[in-house]
Formats: sequence, C-alpha cells, structure tokens
Amino acid sequence: MMSTELVKEPNRYEEAFRQATQGRAADEPTWLQSLRENSFEQFEQAGFPNVKQEEWKYTNVTSIAKASFVPVLTSNGTALSKDGGLTRFIYEEARHSRLVFVNGMFREELSSRSALPDNVVAMDLREALRSSEYEATVREYLEHPVLANGFAALNTALFTSGLFLKIPRGITLDAPIHLLFIGEGAAENSPPAAFPRVMVVAEENSSATIIESYASPKDDGVYLTNAIVDLSLADGARLQHYKIQRESMGAFHVATTRAELGPKSSYNSTAINFGATLSRHDIHVQMDHEGAECSVDGLYMVDGSQHTDTHSVIDHRQPHCTSHQLYKGILDGKSRAVFNGKVFVRHGAQQTDARQTNKNLLLSTGARVDTKPQLEIFADDVKCTHGAAVGQIDEEEKFYLESRGINPALARNMLTYGFAEEVIEKIGVESIRRELDAAVLNRLHVQFEGVS
Amino acid sequence: MLEIRNLHASVDGNEILKGINLKVNKGEVHAIMGPNGSGKSTLAKVLAGHPSYEVTAGEVLFDGKNLLEMTPDERAREGVFMAFQYPVEIPGVSNAQFLRLAYNEKQKHLGAEELDPLEFKDLLKEKAKLVEMEASFMSRSVNEGFSGGEKKRNEILQMAVLDPKLSVLDETDSGLDIDALRIVAEGVNKLHDPNKAVILVTHYQRLLNYITPDFVHVLSGGRIVKEGGKELALELEEKGYDWLKSANGKSATVAPQAG
Repeated sequence: MMSTELVKEPNRYEEAFRQATQGRAADEPTWLQSLRENSFEQFEQAGFPNVKQEEWKYTNVTSIAKASFVPVLTSNGTALSKDGGLTRFIYEEARHSRLVFVNGMFREELSSRSALPDNVVAMDLREALRSSEYEATVREYLEHPVLANGFAALNTALFTSGLFLKIPRGITLDAPIHLLFIGEGAAENSPPAAFPRVMVVAEENSSATIIESYASPKDDGVYLTNAIVDLSLADGARLQHYKIQRESMGAFHVATTRAELGPKSSYNSTAINFGATLSRHDIHVQMDHEGAECSVDGLYMVDGSQHTDTHSVIDHRQPHCTSHQLYKGILDGKSRAVFNGKVFVRHGAQQTDARQTNKNLLLSTGARVDTKPQLEIFADDVKCTHGAAVGQIDEEEKFYLESRGINPALARNMLTYGFAEEVIEKIGVESIRRELDAAVLNRLHVQFEGVS
Repeated sequence: MLEIRNLHASVDGNEILKGINLKVNKGEVHAIMGPNGSGKSTLAKVLAGHPSYEVTAGEVLFDGKNLLEMTPDERAREGVFMAFQYPVEIPGVSNAQFLRLAYNEKQKHLGAEELDPLEFKDLLKEKAKLVEMEASFMSRSVNEGFSGGEKKRNEILQMAVLDPKLSVLDETDSGLDIDALRIVAEGVNKLHDPNKAVILVTHYQRLLNYITPDFVHVLSGGRIVKEGGKELALELEEKGYDWLKSANGKSATVAPQAG
C-alpha cells in the first residue's frame, strides 16, 4: 500500500519539471535535456524510496513525499546580505574563499573568492554547462550513473544551479574553500526544495580543503535540501572534505557524496550531522586505482524526534589501498540513527587495509540506533577490521570525574563531549572545531572552554 | 578529622570489610598495609564513595559530618581525595579542562574565587612543577596514552590542584620505577601540612622509605589485625604477611589507637 501511495506523490513534481524544461530548453545542450527527461521518468516510475527497500528499511521518507515542496528553479530575493545575516555562517579561514548558495542557487554577490588563486575554476554549474572548455567534463560527471534512487534522479532532473570547481595540477590551496548552502524556509504551505549539484575536480598532485556546510537563518524553517556532490581526485591529489550539516530543525536533508580516488590520492572526509528533522547521507568512496587512501569519519548528534541515517560504501577495487572509518553517534530524547557501512574488498584488491568502527552513545532510553557494519571481502591477503558499539556512559569514567568534585550531571556531559571530541579534534580548520565544540556543549546545556 | 567506626562493606554481596575502626587526626600520615585481597583498596574506594561498594554497617565521620551520606562529588568538595590505583582515561577531555572544572566546582562550594582559563593556566603551571610534568600534558586528554608513571603523577597533580584535607592514596606506588616513585613521594610530602592528613594504602614498604607514616595499620581478611608505628612496616617487609595469619581472627590490637 505504502509503495503505491508513494509512487503517486511525484505528480507534484511533474509541474515543476515541465516548468523547468520550458524555462531552460533554449539554454541547455540537448544531451542534458534528454538526461533530465530520463531521470525524471526514473523518478516517476520509482517514486521516493520506501521502507520495503533494504537501503531504506529504517528511514521512512513519507513525510518528504507528502509535503508540498516547491522546487526552486530561479533565484529569488534573499533576506541575507553580505555583511548582515551571513556573518555567523562564515568560517574565518575561508572568509575570502567562500561560495554561497541560497536554496541551491549560486549567489555571486554573497560569495568572495579573492583568496583563491586565479587558475582555480569555481563557477556556477549553469555557466560551466555553457562553457566550451568545461562542458565535456560536466557531461561526463552528469552522465555517470548516480545512485538508483528517487532522490538522486530528482536532483538530476531538477537541479538548476550548483558549482563546478577545479583545482589545477600541482596547486596547494592554503585557504579552505567553503561551499555554504543556506536554506531559507518558507512560512507558508509551499516550502522550497533545493537541488544543489556540485562537481569537484582535483587535478594531479593538487591539495585542498573543502568545507560543505548547510545552515539556515531560522531554527524552524521548513525546506528540503537534496544535494549531490561529486569529487574526483586525480593521481596524487589530496582532498580534505568537511560536510557540516546544521540545517534548521524543521528541514529535511538528503545528500549524496561520491568520491573517486585516483592512484596514490588521499581523501579525508568528516561528515557532521547535527541538524534537520530528517537527514540521510549516502557517501560512496570508490578506490579504482592502486595506492589510494581515505579516511571517512563522521559524527551525528540528535535529540527530540530527529532522525539521521548514514549509508556509506567504501569500495576497494584495486590493491594497496587504505580506508579508515570512524563514525560516532550521540542520541538523546526519542531520536533515531541509522548507520549502514559497507566495505567491499574486490577480487584482486590485495594488501587492502580497511578499518571501520561505529560507536554510539545513548543518553536516553527512548533513543534508538540501527547499526550495520558490513565487510565483504573477495581477496585473501588483506587486513580488515570492523565493529559497532552501542552503549551508555561508562560508570568508571563517571565516578572518576565525580571523585574530583564534579557533579553527576556535569560529569555525564563532559564524557559525552569527550566522546564527540574524538571526531571533532581531528578537524583541521579551527573555526569548525570551535563551532562544533560550542554546538555540542550547547546541546548538552553546559559551558566550559573548548580544547585549550 | 576522620573517624571510621565498625565499617562493614560488600561488593556483589561478598563482605570485604568486616568491621574497620580507624581514627585519623590532622597532620597525621597513616599507612594501611596488608596482603592482596585484604580489603585495603576496598577501604579506599568506600571512602571515596565508589558506587559498586555497599556499606552494610558502621559509620564514617569526616570533620564531624556523616561521610557515607554524601555523594562522591560532595565528598571531594568537602576535601576528600582518592588517588586511584588505576587512573581512568577520559578521551576527548583535556587535562586542563578537567582540572579547571574540578577546581572551580570546589571554589564555588567554598564560596571562593573561580578562575578563568588563563588564570588557571598559571596555577596549573605552578602545580605541575611539583610532579615534574610538562605543559604538553595539560592539553592532552586525561590520562589517555599516559604511561603508568605519568598517570600516577597526574593523580598527584590533581591532588595538588584540589588541595584536599584528606588524601587517600590507593597503591600509588604500584607500577612506578624508582624515579617516578621519588617524584610522586616528594610531591606528597610537599603537599602535606599540619592541617591535612594522608592515608597511604600500599602492599609494599618501599613507598614508606620516602613518606614516613606516623601509624601503620595492617589489614587482613577485612579487619585491622595489627597496628603500630613506622617500624611495623619494616617488620612486615622482613617477615612478609604470613606470620600475621596466626593473629588473624583474634584481631589483636597491640599498638594504641591512632590519636
């Protein structure tokens, strides 16, 4: 019953798709028009995912299907100004290397790129599609089959703006590049749906840090973010990637991250999930070449009736690759978290070193975690470990703090903070660490200074 | 300062302490010795309020107040400190954060001035000299990745910062090499003054070469079976604990009660 019901919901998007198609027909290459049509057809057939599908077993998106989201197809006015409302979302280290999007639409006037070298290409995806130099690259990305689910198909059908980012060969960027996605919810009955699409090309031996953050000026604004971020790392490229999801508590956040790692490249990702009433993050790291390494870490912290779901795939397809994964979760109230982490070690991927850990801290009896680390190994000379833990505050640790005069409530909070720190303290951008420290402490309703 | 009367305590239903009587006055250093399993560490943990230990009979007065009615954190703020035999690692919380928070909780309790991170840093620097700890330890997570000796020094640093009236050192000498033992012992000696008291819980006499006890109590089978001055420790060192077994059960008190 549920699945048929869900399949019908896409009709709401049909009008948007027709509108969008008319609006940009003249503007877009024909290959993209047919790609969009195929994608939309896919979406119409499959609808939004439902809980009968294994990959969506614990995450029910009926609320997204039923809400009357209106896809954002053009830039509307925004309440934000460059000096005003934006300031609190800007990281000092990336003040002049920030690219700002409002409801998925790139905003040049809110962005600043003076700290970026001239040869770094950072342009609205719309512009890249019109560029003879980059159209072929963009096409390659877009035609690369994305995840076979309704959200991804809908993004391809409806994305209007986004970013094409190229870090040239041999360049090391000092300033992190901040992609700031602002969600401005609508008060009335038709909340906006944003479909940002990002492509990052890290050329040979380049090195950069990318911050992808999601935030909202209002704590309760309702909107949907449905984002796809593609990253490709060429030979020897190094990329630090921080995804900071602090959407409004009324928002829905669905995002896909895909990273393809070239020979001897290094990809380090930390995904933070604090916001949104419902969030789902699919992260796929494909290691198609020898000698690549990645760390894929994350921290989710949810409370109340929040729901957060991480599905991760780390695919070792060639020998001599390393992947380390640490995901931690803190759950309070009646919140719920899902962690599904697959690590594949394909036939012939000898000398693979893969480690995966998922640890969860339950602060209330009403919270629930479904965790499923999955290791599938088809090679025989590998070093692989994985594990998952769900637990409460350690009583010996708590007693130790109490025995120094710290009251039980504060002791619990310090231990919770410490639990989160294992992920936060590794983040290489100080402003992010400070922001997250403060967010964790705020969530715990305590005050003490962050890492000294 | 501390008066223990007929203290009985059990863990998981097994009675470990079977009627301890002990009086500790200001300025005194007491050593509690005894073979493994005699209940020495249990006594230390009961005084600190460890939740796994249940007091089934008896009472403990600290400065005239009922210590057993207080929660572990209240005891600490009142001035009771236990140095752990196995200090616990607290990942993600720095030593400096932890110590400042503990310090300020106590200051708050005493109605004294709380310190901000910068002010506290100065205080910590001063105290760290006492146990020869480098500044880098302060920004590291509490006890995480510390060697056995570093953990024990960190316990004494905490004692120095919290400035307790009564310090109970639970096997602080175990696992220490001779240099670390000297540093720890000198730290304890420097912190001692006529208004404070120390209880050393130890299996071996060697710590007592560095910290001279006023009284030695020998625990066996959950009872104090022998008491004396510092010379008793030497006698134990020489004869071992086996000769006490005959005395066990009679609970003969040959030396006068402390104080």
